[in-house]
Amino acid sequence: MEVRVQNIRKEFSRFPALNDVSLDIRSGELIALLGPSGSGKTTLLRLIAGLESPTEGTVYFGNEDASRKTVQQRNIGFVFQHYALFRHMTVLDNVSFGLTIRPAGRRPSKDEIRKRALELLDLVQLSGLEKRYPAQLSGGQRQRVALARAMAVEPNVLLLDEPFGALDAQVRKELRRWLREIHDRTGHTTVFVTHDQDEALELADRVVVMSKGKIEQIGTPDEIYDTPNSPFVFGFIGESNILRVRVENGQLWIKEHSIGVSALGEADGPAQLYFRPHDIELLDGNGGCIAGLVAMTRRVAGTRHVELDIGAANSKVEIELPPEKVTSDHSRIAFRPTRWKLFRD
Amino acid sequence: MAHDATTTGTGNTELVRVATSESRFARYGLIGIALCFVALFLVLPLAAVFTEAMRNGPGEFFTVLSDPETFAAIELTLLVAVIAVPLNLVFGVAAAWAIAKFEFKGKAFLTTLIDLPFSVSPVISGLVFVLLFGSHSLLGPWLQSHGIQILFAVPGIVLATVFVTFPFVARELIPLMQEQGTSDEEAALSLGASGWQTFWYVTLPNIKWGLLYGVLLCNARAMGEFGAVSVVSGHIRGLTNTMPLQVEILYNEYNFVAAFAVATLLALLALLTLVLKSLLEMKYSAQIAASRRH
Repeated sequence: MEVRVQNIRKEFSRFPALNDVSLDIRSGELIALLGPSGSGKTTLLRLIAGLESPTEGTVYFGNEDASRKTVQQRNIGFVFQHYALFRHMTVLDNVSFGLTIRPAGRRPSKDEIRKRALELLDLVQLSGLEKRYPAQLSGGQRQRVALARAMAVEPNVLLLDEPFGALDAQVRKELRRWLREIHDRTGHTTVFVTHDQDEALELADRVVVMSKGKIEQIGTPDEIYDTPNSPFVFGFIGESNILRVRVENGQLWIKEHSIGVSALGEADGPAQLYFRPHDIELLDGNGGCIAGLVAMTRRVAGTRHVELDIGAANSKVEIELPPEKVTSDHSRIAFRPTRWKLFRD
Repeated sequence: MAHDATTTGTGNTELVRVATSESRFARYGLIGIALCFVALFLVLPLAAVFTEAMRNGPGEFFTVLSDPETFAAIELTLLVAVIAVPLNLVFGVAAAWAIAKFEFKGKAFLTTLIDLPFSVSPVISGLVFVLLFGSHSLLGPWLQSHGIQILFAVPGIVLATVFVTFPFVARELIPLMQEQGTSDEEAALSLGASGWQTFWYVTLPNIKWGLLYGVLLCNARAMGEFGAVSVVSGHIRGLTNTMPLQVEILYNEYNFVAAFAVATLLALLALLTLVLKSLLEMKYSAQIAASRRH
């Protein structure tokens, strides 16, 4: 189901947690709310669920105003960060819970509930574990029970709060791929909250980057990574370098040196140059480049990270080079960013 | 410090000592002191109660217990517990639920208020009811004109007992429920459960062992309460004496065997409570651990 959030504002005892946030979630979409802690992403998720009510603004489920509906009436599936499985119930009872508590008129028969719960356990690859208790499961298995339980009520929208936050790196990666598969197979509209950019970029159809109670940018993972629209997004997503530069006659300058990057159409004046460590080319020349002395090198998996002292700008940048390129400390390296973005103060 | 050496001089057999461990002398010394204390102040008096009660043989023990006044006291005590404990079970769960799961103004005040019966002397607790329902109080004349007897009757004893034992269940549950948080309840609500279903199927099973523990302590106190009940009871023989009051009366009349026989029953209740409490702690320690941290 399509979910629209319109001009939502949420205050917790006068402190604004969300400020004029609007977001359209398309039906069947897998969308990530990404941001540092305190950015309001979990609050937004809980507002959509109905676990919080907005100070101002409206939430629409389809064409219906859901703002006045209780969490029970919204028919959502919520997966909590620490799963919140009912510890005194078996896996099967956990998954069936949403169906067994329905009033007699809307409740499927006992056999049907059991059949449906077992199907879901099969979908989340937990067949045979239905008699276990949550305490007897691993973290990843609990996560999958929580997801099956949320899906059992055939929710309008699936909401996941830091779904992989409490798992170790290996399980995390596996579950990520697996969640994408489940989503593609079931087609639930899904929103998940994460502070892990790899997770958001790898998994989501669209990523919503949030900061300080506002949405900074909404876009596909490619758009977010390749064309960040604010210094915050550029700095938050992936690695980045920042240099103070000056625009003069369509050229970029660091103090008295042109760095060989033309910025046609940019107004003259000071600016911040943002570029990623791998978006560079090495040069031999002396002019029209950024040059620095090697301060430190680190080998990280398939690349060599080189930290340079840029004397002129009195700052440091990090660039990524192929590992074959051996550099000694204090040797001089000249380069030029190939992809970059300017932000004014 | 001279004492924090990591090795000891008690022989070559002793290897490097754990930093928090003491020398053998200190360990046995401390254990010995503790054991002496327990024997002198707990085991000895308890043994005395049983031997005094059995002084003239088990025959007389049962004879004095079947005395009509004593029997009435036992009945009254059970009646008071049967009324007070369920009431405080409901009140305690309600108070803990409100405090642990919701945010509201005056919450800190309410939490403090729950502890009030623990911090006030039981005699004062009893006097409160005398001031409230006595013949010179505000409510007294009205009650009298309607023929309602609260003081020096069963209702007064029940009220005083409820008041004194109120904190047991609530205090046991508040830390436990706070530790468990609200996400289980939120999960149930998000799956469509009503408030009542959430409480019945999710909250209650989560707190059942802590609740039982609280009820156990509440019951022990309800049956053993002396001070507050003494003030409101009026000591009418065969009518408003509970077991602890009966013990005092019998003792003051130099009827030692009878006094100790009734005391034996109270002591047995205490022992039974202790055993059940230990069993609960052993079996469900993880689930009630939170409540023992305060």
